[in-house]
This record gives sequence, structure tokens and C-alpha cells, in this order.
Amino acid sequence: MQQFWEFFSFADANIRYVTLGSVLLAGSSAVVGCFTLLRKRALVGDAVAHSVLPGVCLAFILSGTKNPLILLLGAFITGWISLIVIDYITSRSRIKEDTAIGLVLSVFFGIGILLLTSIQHSGNAAQSGLDKFLFGKAASLVGEDLIVFGIVAVLLLFTTILFYKELMLLCFDQAFARTIGFPVRALELLLTTLTVLAVVVGIQAVGVVLMAAMLITPAAAARFWTENLKVMLVLAALMGAFSGITGAFVSYTAPAMPTGPWIVLIISMIAILSFAFAPKRGWVARLMRQRRNRALILEENLLKLLFQLGELKQDFETSRSLSDLLERRSIPKRQAIHGLKKLKQQGYVKKKKKRWILTIEGEKRGRRVVRLHRLWELYLTQYLHLASDHVHEDAETIEHIITPELEKRLMEELNYPELDPHSARIP
Amino acid sequence: MIVQVDNPVVEVHDLTVSYDRKPVLWDIDLTLPAGALVGVIGPNGAGKSTLIKAMMDLLPTSSGYVRIFNEPIKQVHKRISYVPQRESVDWDFPASVFDVVLMGRYGNLGLFRGPRKADKDAAMEALEKVNMQSFANRQISQLSGGQQQRVFLARALAQNADVYFMDEPFAGVDIATETAIIELLRQMRAQGKTVIVVHHDLQSAADYFDWVVLLNMRLVASGPTEKVLTQELLEQTYGGKLTVLSKVGDLLRKQEFPARETKV
Repeated sequence: MQQFWEFFSFADANIRYVTLGSVLLAGSSAVVGCFTLLRKRALVGDAVAHSVLPGVCLAFILSGTKNPLILLLGAFITGWISLIVIDYITSRSRIKEDTAIGLVLSVFFGIGILLLTSIQHSGNAAQSGLDKFLFGKAASLVGEDLIVFGIVAVLLLFTTILFYKELMLLCFDQAFARTIGFPVRALELLLTTLTVLAVVVGIQAVGVVLMAAMLITPAAAARFWTENLKVMLVLAALMGAFSGITGAFVSYTAPAMPTGPWIVLIISMIAILSFAFAPKRGWVARLMRQRRNRALILEENLLKLLFQLGELKQDFETSRSLSDLLERRSIPKRQAIHGLKKLKQQGYVKKKKKRWILTIEGEKRGRRVVRLHRLWELYLTQYLHLASDHVHEDAETIEHIITPELEKRLMEELNYPELDPHSARIP
Repeated sequence: MIVQVDNPVVEVHDLTVSYDRKPVLWDIDLTLPAGALVGVIGPNGAGKSTLIKAMMDLLPTSSGYVRIFNEPIKQVHKRISYVPQRESVDWDFPASVFDVVLMGRYGNLGLFRGPRKADKDAAMEALEKVNMQSFANRQISQLSGGQQQRVFLARALAQNADVYFMDEPFAGVDIATETAIIELLRQMRAQGKTVIVVHHDLQSAADYFDWVVLLNMRLVASGPTEKVLTQELLEQTYGGKLTVLSKVGDLLRKQEFPARETKV
């Protein structure tokens, strides 16, 4: 707890830098990732992330320093080459894109690990810390590193905002973009470069192995909450930034811990929560909708039963017992009692000595359900030419979802009918 | 039966287009007049969409060239407009109807600049023309097929172009939308615009178009509707496939042979 306050008071300049760095890195890659996701090139990010490792190692071997600019340049070059190779394989051979991505990813990463291992066994004292590129270490984002990576991150954000309109059109409708004279090849190149850069700056915090998650997961999570691209970009950036801060905190409190997995776990949690709880698109919202539908069907069926009993006996004044109801239609007893209680709360039925009777409002609603049922049966026989013994099941469902406007249309089209196909009166 | 015109809006010269080295359009040579409603008609796989895509430089060509207003397409982007097939985009994209129509103005804006107020006015006006103004803020993922088509049409209208290329705008839309679209196309013709439409329904073709291009891997006919829509020409278009032609195409692909010697 103490560490928590120590960290989040941001009193220590170092902590401020690390936090700022993580937020910038995670945020900028999330924003670029939105476009990668919408272009349906999510896997490409993963290939690039793995392909920057040999670049980092080569840059170190050739220069002998850990100067961030040089390492970044190396990473950028091999990341780029990997993309070109993927495009080349896809366009010049019969190999499909997913296979090409798999091939390139593993070959580049394999070379990277090979180089990294040989560096580690070379006895070169300067090499210590190169392995943080594998799983990331946010706490090492200080001094020169922070400045270089921070500038690139800000540049990324700035470019994305500047080219917002162009990138959006590129992702939505590339052919149209070409016909209005947009330089589509150049824009594709730009988005590719942005993706590579986002990966390159992000690996410091997350590491090459998990970098793809930083690119794609915030975008996927944000998509659940909004239908507006601008909002999606902001949300993804916020989610990325939040996981970035958490990663920095973990890196600060537990220096032995690799940050990458933590950041990725946090952002994945956010994604899972989004998947579950987002309004409309989320899983819980869908469950609730289904539950509401089931409740509605049960209630309306009970009202319908009470109304039909009244209609049958030409008497709406007498109360009915539960067994009277269940005789006509098998509803599980507990469900029926629960439904009746709810209807009582809503004022559609009254209870008299363990027996049930419709209120005026209940009678109206029950009548409407019966009417819709019979109207729909009639509609099916007249317009779809179904046999009259085949229409009941359909009407059982449709009676619950017809809106008043549709009801009016039905009445008009059927010319205000009196009887349904079974010669029952339409109330 | 290939009628050439003077001062054509679109001129296609000796155009061959191949997929994976196999030519799908052979030596197309045609000219289209200004202010016409042109229907491009032919059976499935005849290369109708390929032709208009190649006209707009969306596909690499094996030979030949296209001129629009006597210029290469790169010079006249602002005067042409493209309505792609509805299925060519993913409608589950985070954008509203208005956002999509506004894209029609992007060409005039150039890079970096955001839409101005006048562009928004133009987009709204285009939406009104297709009777979708009340859908402006609707998410595009919620639209029906006919509504999607209207949105694409509105986007094209917002461009204010002189030549329109439309790929199957009547495919899979309801009758009301079809009537609305053809009415709109006639209005555009009355304003002197040229509209080139890929169409698959022979029945309505005679009624809709005043110039027809019959296509089946090669150009069968191009000319005024009443001269082109004859029993004989239709039989040539829809009747037996030219087996030798497609066999030669297959050979070119298998042998990785170029369609033109100079392009080895």
C-alpha cells in the first residue's frame, strides 16, 4: 500500500518519467492498432513485433552500443523487411497471407533468438539488459531512451490525427479511395510504417513476444463500446494508457518482474470485461435481453390464458385457480406462480382466495395478445397460403413482438376481419 | 455491332485485363457518348465489373489504355465517381451514414484538411436526394441492403462528378429502392452527366438504358439500346461460351506467358 502511494504521488521524478513513457507508448500503439484492426491486418502486427528482435540484436552487434536510436533503427529495418517479405510471398506465390505471416514470424524470431543467445554468451559486458526486449521492462524507460521513444510515440499520435480522414477511408473502402485520387500506395506505406514504429517503441515496455497484444487488444476492446471511430480511438488510447501505468507500477514495485505480461494481462482483462459488459454488443446485455424476452413471453401467455378462459365461459368476473390455468397449457408450476405474482405487482391481475382474476388493464392486454395471435394466423393463411393447422406455432411467437403500428397495418391489409382461420372470433 | 462516337466521354482502346495472367477481357475497344445512361450487360463471369474497374484504373491492364474526357484517369479524378458493389466493404465499420456520405467530398478536400461546413451541406443534400436524410446519424451496421446502396449512391452524388461508374447498383435491393435509383439516374442524365451501370437483368435493360454494352470476355456490341438489344446479339452474348478463347487463357496462365510480347 505504501508503495502504491509512493508511486502514484509521482513525487519521484524517475517515476514520473517511467509513467509518462509507458502511457505514451501504450497509448500510441493502441491508436495505431485501431487502424490495423479495422484494416483486418491484426496478425501482421504480431509478425512485425517478432521480426524486430533480429534487428535489435544486429544493431547491437554492429554498433557495440545500446544507444536507443541505433537499436530502434535496427528494429525498424527488420520489422519493415518482414512486411515486405510477407507482401512479396503473398503476391508472387500461391501461399496465402496467413501462411506467409506464420513463416515470416517464426523465421525472423528464430534468427533473433539465435543472435540474442550468441550475444549473451559473447562475454560482452555491455549486453546486459538486451533481453528486456523479449518481455519488456517499463522501469528502464529513463533518460535518453525515454526521450527518443517518447518523441516517436508523440509523432505517431500526431501523424495518425493528421491523416485521420485518409486512414479511415483506406480502411473502409480502398477502391473508392483510389478513384478519388488518394495516393493509396503511399497511405498503405504510411500505415505500415506507423505499425512498425508503434511496435518498435512499444517493445521497450512490453517486449517483442507480447507486443501484438498492445496493438490489437485495446482496439478490439474499444470497439465493443462505440460505433464512432473517433471515440474508439480515444477509448483505445485510454485503455492502453491505463494498462501502461499499471505496467510501470508493477515494474517499479517488483523490479525482477517482466512488465510485458502484466501490461498484457491488464489490457486483456479490460477486453474481457468489455466483451462481457459493453452495452448492446456485450454478452451480459445479450443475456439480459433474452431474459426480458422470456419474462415477457411468460407474462403474456398467462394473460392470454386467463383471457381465453374468460372468453370460453363468457365470463370475465369469475376468478380462476392455478390448476384451471395449467390444465389448458402446461407451464412449469413455479414459473407460472412467479409470473402471476409479477403480473399482480404490475396491476394486471388480482388475487382472491388463492384464485386469480384479470383487472381491466389485464383483460385489455390479454385480449390484445389473443387478437394478435389470431390476426397473424389469418395473415399466414391468406398471404403465405399456409394450411390453417400449420399456423398456430408461428403465431405463438409472433404474437409477442408485433408493434401497435404493425398491428394497424395488419388490420388494414386483412380488411378488419372478424374470424380467424379456425373460425374463432378475433376480439 | 460496335458504334463509335465522336467526342466520347469514355474511350477504351485495345484493353486486355488478366487475372493471374489469364485474360478475362480481350481487346476491348469502345467509345461512350456524353449524357447517356449506359448499361454494361452480360452473363456471370463475363467481366462486367472487371471492365469498369479497369476503366477506373483499379486493376492493372495487360494492354491498351483508357481515356476519360480525352485524358488519362489520373488527370480527371475529380470528374469521375465510383459506386462499388455493396458487398465490397465491411459494413460493420464504426461510422455513421453521414460519415460515409461525407467521404464523397474527400477528393475535393485534398490531404490533411477536414470537411468544411459547405461539404457537410453537400453531403446532407445528397442524402436528401436518396431520401435517407432521417438516417444521417444511423450506424451503417444497422442498414438494410437497399439502404446501404442508397448511402453509396449519396456518397457518389456528393462528389458532383461528370461521369459515374456504378457496379451492380440494383443487385439485391427492394423494388422501392430500384425505382428510386433509376429515377435518380434519369435526373442525372438530364443534367448532362454520363452514368455507366453494370447490370445483370435483361428484362429491365431496354427500359433503363439508352446505350448498351454487351460483354462476354470480349466486346460483343456497343451502341444505342434499340440497335444492340437484338435477338442475334443477345444470343452471341449469352449463348455458348467461346471454349477456345478460355482454353488459350488457361494456357497463358499455366505457362506463365505474357499477354503481349513486349511485356515479357
